[in-house]
Amino acid sequence: MRNALTIAGREIRSYFVSPIAYVVLTGFLLLGGWFFFNLLARFNMLLTIYSAQRNPEVLERLNLNEFVIAPLLHNLSVVLVILVPVITMRTLAEEKKAGTYELLLTSPLRISEIVLGKFLGAMLFVGLMVLLTGIYPLILMVYGNPEVGMILGGYLGLFLLATSFVAIGILTSSFTENQIIAAVTCLVALLLSYIIAWPADNAGETMGAILRYLSLTEHFAQLVKGVIDSKDVVYFLTVIGLALFLTHRSVESIRWR
Amino acid sequence: MLEVRNLTKRYGDIVAVDGVSFSAAQGQILGFLGPNGAGKTTTMRILTGFLPATSGTAKVAGFDVFTESAEVRRRIGYLPESPPLYSDMTTESYLRFVARIKGMPRAAIEDGIDRAVRTCGLNDVRGRLLGHLSKGYRQRVGLAQALIHDPQVLVLDEPTIGLDPVQIREIRALIRRLAGERTVILSTHILPEVSQICEKVVIINAGRVVLEEDMAALTREASLEDVFLRSIAKEGAAAEGAPA
Repeated sequence: MRNALTIAGREIRSYFVSPIAYVVLTGFLLLGGWFFFNLLARFNMLLTIYSAQRNPEVLERLNLNEFVIAPLLHNLSVVLVILVPVITMRTLAEEKKAGTYELLLTSPLRISEIVLGKFLGAMLFVGLMVLLTGIYPLILMVYGNPEVGMILGGYLGLFLLATSFVAIGILTSSFTENQIIAAVTCLVALLLSYIIAWPADNAGETMGAILRYLSLTEHFAQLVKGVIDSKDVVYFLTVIGLALFLTHRSVESIRWR
Repeated sequence: MLEVRNLTKRYGDIVAVDGVSFSAAQGQILGFLGPNGAGKTTTMRILTGFLPATSGTAKVAGFDVFTESAEVRRRIGYLPESPPLYSDMTTESYLRFVARIKGMPRAAIEDGIDRAVRTCGLNDVRGRLLGHLSKGYRQRVGLAQALIHDPQVLVLDEPTIGLDPVQIREIRALIRRLAGERTVILSTHILPEVSQICEKVVIINAGRVVLEEDMAALTREASLEDVFLRSIAKEGAAAEGAPA
């Protein structure tokens, strides 16, 4: 475990000594701020309209959680689909290219320590990205009264989703020494998992259920709704575990050839 | 200290290393010679546990490279053909990282860094980013990385390639100083290098060992260059004659 932390520490430091961390964080928060501003403006507009119409039924249903925070989290998750591959593409591919892969594999490290270290490093960075967007719900809590439990559930969902993306990104990075290929493969995999449930409604009952179950978004949507079901959490943990297991095999495969 | 027996490595149909056997005693500097593509790097990668062999065995410091890989990796220092440097780290933080992943005890790490910096003459570039270093310094940081955990066996893959004559001399002197207790395997195709610092020579051609001899016995009658060219030519003729 100590070794995994050493690898993770180096990984994090390398994000912050290069411009990558700052570019990604700035871009992410800029987009997040733009989403938040517009969602809030729309919410205010709806509020004004329905107040003027004296429509208490609709006013009752307007709330910050459903009209601002939930769409904000969904938008952020789409941005993560694009940004996470950029963060994870370097993890193993760059080591191969730079020759430092030889250093890692000829050190008395276990492969699991290398994979875990890479994963923890990227996860902490993505975790920081998610955490920093916490400023938006915080603002709402100061000036309004959104439901805190639902916000926490949504953020748990976003964090689990982002962590699954990271695990998949490290897997694709382990396949190649070309960072572009790693990023594109990851992006395609993530997008596919995002839209895999599209035909679910007319794919028949069983097939539809399977497609919905496979989709990362469907599980994420449940958590955003504030339904914290262990089955969704277990789903994410399974995806992460599976991706890391496959990464381990992929790194180890140099010893089979 | 080092014993290689019948090592073979195949990539599909291509045989990179074909039944290689040789050995080196403790404290010996072994020159591993051969033309480009002879299988030197592959052999070294197998010895360091980076690649598995298709068949054959290798023992480093009494441990089997395949079944006791972690023990071997703890006792070996390896400088690959291009030094494995992270260009975004400083010399010092890089050496600290390597010391940790090599499993050095916490308390010994700072001393180890000081020692490696002193030995390899890196004091001037201690705080510099590795990406900004000259080729000579990069090579020296590569050496420092290989010996930071005081390994019993040093495996150096073409340590002087691409350096200017002054740097080459420095690195050679350094390697000689490093030997002492340690066993050093040094691959190269620069012959004077070998005659100057090595005590034993193994010549490999097309994946096969064509000569294994002590330096002293070898150069008594002919120059190393003659020996080298003769053994490679002999091997080539034998291979051509084989199908008939």
